[in-house]
Amino acid sequence: MGIRFILMVNKQGQTRLAQYYEWLTLEERRALEGEIVRKCLARNEQQCSFVEHRNYKIVYRRYASLFFLVGVDNDENELAILEFIHLLVETMDRHFGNVCELDIMFHLEKAHFMLEEMVMNGSIVETSKANILSPIQLMDKAS
Amino acid sequence: MSGPSLMDSLFQRTLEDLIKGLRQQLIGEQAFISKALEEIRKEIKSPDLSTKSTALLKLCYLSNLHFHDMSFAAFHALEVLSSPRFSHKKIAYHAISLSFHDSTPVLLLITNHLRKDLTSTNEFEVSLSLQCLSRIANVDLARDLTPEVFTLLSSNKLYVRKRAVAVVLRVFEKYPDSVRVCFKRLVENLENYDPQILSAVVGVFSELACKDPRSYLPLAPEFYKILVDSKSNWISIKVLKIFAKLAPLEPRLANRVVEPICDLMRKTGAKSLLFECVRTVVTSFSEYESAVRLAVGKIREFMVDEDPNLKYLGLHALSIVASKHLWVVSENKEVVIKSLSDPDPNIKIESLRLVMAMVSEHNVAEISKVLVNYALKSDPLFCNEILGSILSTCSRNVYEIIVDFDWYVSLLGEMSRIPHCQMGEEIENQLVDIGLRVKDVRLELVRVARDLLIDPALLGNSFLHRVLSAAAWVSGEYVEFSRNPLELMEALLQPRTSLLPPSIMAIYIQSAFKVLVFCLHTCFVRGGSTAGVSASASYESFDDLSVENGAGSTVAHGQTCTSAPITNESIVNLLKLVELALSPLLGSHDVEVQERARNLLGFVDLIKLEALNSSGQEENDSEQKGVEATKIIRLVHDAFSKELGPVSLSAQGKVPVPDGLTLNENLGDLETICSDIELPSSNTFSFGYPSEEKDVSSFSNLQIKEDSGQSNESTSLLAEHRKRHGLYYLPSGKSEVISNDYPPANDPALQGDNNDTASDLVKLTAESLVPKRKPNHSKPRPVVVKLDEADEKPVAVKHPESRDDSLSGAVRDILFGSEDILPTSSRSNLPSSNRKGKEKQHMITQVESKENVVGDGNSSSRRRKDHSHGKERRHRKKNAEERNETDRKEKESSSNHPRRQKSRQRAEEPLKVPPQTSVIPDFLL
Repeated sequence: MGIRFILMVNKQGQTRLAQYYEWLTLEERRALEGEIVRKCLARNEQQCSFVEHRNYKIVYRRYASLFFLVGVDNDENELAILEFIHLLVETMDRHFGNVCELDIMFHLEKAHFMLEEMVMNGSIVETSKANILSPIQLMDKAS
Repeated sequence: MSGPSLMDSLFQRTLEDLIKGLRQQLIGEQAFISKALEEIRKEIKSPDLSTKSTALLKLCYLSNLHFHDMSFAAFHALEVLSSPRFSHKKIAYHAISLSFHDSTPVLLLITNHLRKDLTSTNEFEVSLSLQCLSRIANVDLARDLTPEVFTLLSSNKLYVRKRAVAVVLRVFEKYPDSVRVCFKRLVENLENYDPQILSAVVGVFSELACKDPRSYLPLAPEFYKILVDSKSNWISIKVLKIFAKLAPLEPRLANRVVEPICDLMRKTGAKSLLFECVRTVVTSFSEYESAVRLAVGKIREFMVDEDPNLKYLGLHALSIVASKHLWVVSENKEVVIKSLSDPDPNIKIESLRLVMAMVSEHNVAEISKVLVNYALKSDPLFCNEILGSILSTCSRNVYEIIVDFDWYVSLLGEMSRIPHCQMGEEIENQLVDIGLRVKDVRLELVRVARDLLIDPALLGNSFLHRVLSAAAWVSGEYVEFSRNPLELMEALLQPRTSLLPPSIMAIYIQSAFKVLVFCLHTCFVRGGSTAGVSASASYESFDDLSVENGAGSTVAHGQTCTSAPITNESIVNLLKLVELALSPLLGSHDVEVQERARNLLGFVDLIKLEALNSSGQEENDSEQKGVEATKIIRLVHDAFSKELGPVSLSAQGKVPVPDGLTLNENLGDLETICSDIELPSSNTFSFGYPSEEKDVSSFSNLQIKEDSGQSNESTSLLAEHRKRHGLYYLPSGKSEVISNDYPPANDPALQGDNNDTASDLVKLTAESLVPKRKPNHSKPRPVVVKLDEADEKPVAVKHPESRDDSLSGAVRDILFGSEDILPTSSRSNLPSSNRKGKEKQHMITQVESKENVVGDGNSSSRRRKDHSHGKERRHRKKNAEERNETDRKEKESSSNHPRRQKSRQRAEEPLKVPPQTSVIPDFLL
């Protein structure tokens, strides 16, 4: 599976984006997000970005007011996931221009689309910013 | 509800309006959302697809971020999906991948939509439907759409092909038969040089190889090539993951791969790739000394880095190494121990695991001591983490590493006094378990239990109640080791026991019963014969009394026993105390407490009537009158003095079924009813009479050493308590120190110099990890009673591999022909007339030539490789697609006979390698 889910949560703990690669019911999702947010948001800058949770790991990184949390299997490479998060942020930055929480809120569907370009079936398939963004730009032009 | 009017769709709120409204709403978020949902329900029924799709988009937003159910819209999503407009389709696919799952009822209806889009000429439509398939595919979808996916696997549009490759993983998982169709093309993509395709296909294989690595061994040459050639760190990491799984299965492969991995480790600048190399080496190449050394060097760099992430990963990698190379941990112990006081709890826990990995029977005492000091200083969470790991490490394999049980028992006592300690249950289990298993430690155990019981402050801490219950049980069961049973009785009956929960209260009363019987027995039954000695001794002089019970003064029972100076007078007082303390409990609401209190009081009444009417009279007199009482006491005492021991969980199974007893008759029906009741977990123990513990003579050489100093503190606590609640205590002639308050259960300030504990630990591990054998155990390790298999391996290790997994079975069919792997030896023995044998050898031919290529790698052989590859592929494909007899025959006749002859000779060469490799397929590197 590799990546199990990707969450974006603001520092008040509100979910701003949730992408799951395995099916969870709404109740399971609510519980999971609650637990994770409690665990990760309490940590400070001096602490490491990896948290063990249930039977997997969460790799997270904070950008301004937004936390990017990625749930991965135990043998997934933590540093690669951190790079992935950074790549995601850079990609969104290039598209939105200085991306902020509001951009993601108002363009949730687009953010999902970008993630879909990057990750399929829980494994990372695309890591080139140009390749990720070209279909989105094409579609923007078309509409 | 009427359908939405034109006005509704004209003035429909867009998603943006919804979000803005949500941010500015004044009526409360929930109210606003339910109003919006109401609108959406109306709009989604609109015949206009634009209105419908906007409604769907809004619904997706609310579902994704505000947890609102959107399953009601499943059918509407399908309607939007049938729209010819791409923007509608996009929304529909988005909604479907967010909300559909295996039990969505309309899933059946989506097959044709997907098929249509998969064959569309618009690559973005194809991509959307592939993406969707990767999220929602179930068995039916996977089966029905396999042909389309197969076609797309060789699409000339990279954008589409990459997604088709990625979707294959889900299709294989759901419908393993699709492997027969698609696997060839998937492997072909492995030779593609486009990084996009390669990244996708390697990702698929790394997932597949996780589940069943053995099936993918034949692809090792391809992976090797990618590993050596790859420029992308992402791809390298994935390939390393594959090799981490493959290498342990095939030593020759490991030999080849270890060098390139080390090269990569030396060269790469990317920390993620570097860490993956390190992890691969320490998990799968731990026999390669030089590689491990290199990796350990990198781990060290990680651990001393400022970045907490690298530090954590370094420690984590170190704990992987620790299982095989303990020297690595001891080499880096300073860093590890320094990390124990890191600000990050995750790093602390990692380093704790490593410290525990260093524990051996030589240093367990020192390390535990330092860790307990750490526990005193830490926050509650980490404190219990430390205590938990000490407890589990020390009790591992029936206290394997403990030599000095006296020390361990007092450590348990000490741990339970740590303010944050919440490990009561575990400590309770171990105290009782050790009491049952280790005879020689019972003296110390009773002393520790007494110290715990006697301290009134501990009763207030609810986390300690479980420990106290163990202490009460131990001191009741082994009361013959107690120096002062009367004092014990006071502790068991002290007023603050009312703070205990009823179940533990019951244990206290039962223990009080045992202690009382013991006192009476000593006084009347045994005391009668040695009346002269004990009668003269006074109660107050207990503490300075030194009792020496050597081998010479063994009593008839074989039990060591204090010649306790229990007088008639003290017995009378004792009985009074029992009555006073227990009479209120007769009205207890808890049946257990009530019943036990009643038992004990009934017994006291009996004894009083029979024996103590003449308490003031001569010894002889009371002896005559108390004949009956003596009999009772002896009876009860005998009942209590039967020794309890650990009982194997499987003990019941060993009892032979008596003849004529049919156990199954009439109870067969119960099986269905009780089938869901599980067996108790293996670490619980039960009580009973052990069969192998008849020999009690080892008690005779026990020595009771008097050490008045160590018990001073708790005795003074009791003294203070006695002052306050004098009413409940036996009369005492001494004057005592006055104190108005309970002292705290444990004062961390008393622990004094904890500051340099880190350096202490470094020092002591330095000493103890050096393999010099310090003969510091002055006494031999006592016997620990072990029960047969039940203790050794509680749970049979389950084999994680599922051999007959249908997916790996299918993959194997493709890669190995229609047979499973055969050992080389048996293969070469196959008669050449055997059809299957021929097919195999045909395969060997090609792989042999591949072997050459990787071996020398010059250009001419590379060409030959490509050539043979192509042929192999052709044959394999034919094999898969048609699989008929004629094809096979044709192939055999067309294949190169002379080559086969040669290859057979070559194939025999590897047979000379050591026998262990014979199980491994020959066609590797």
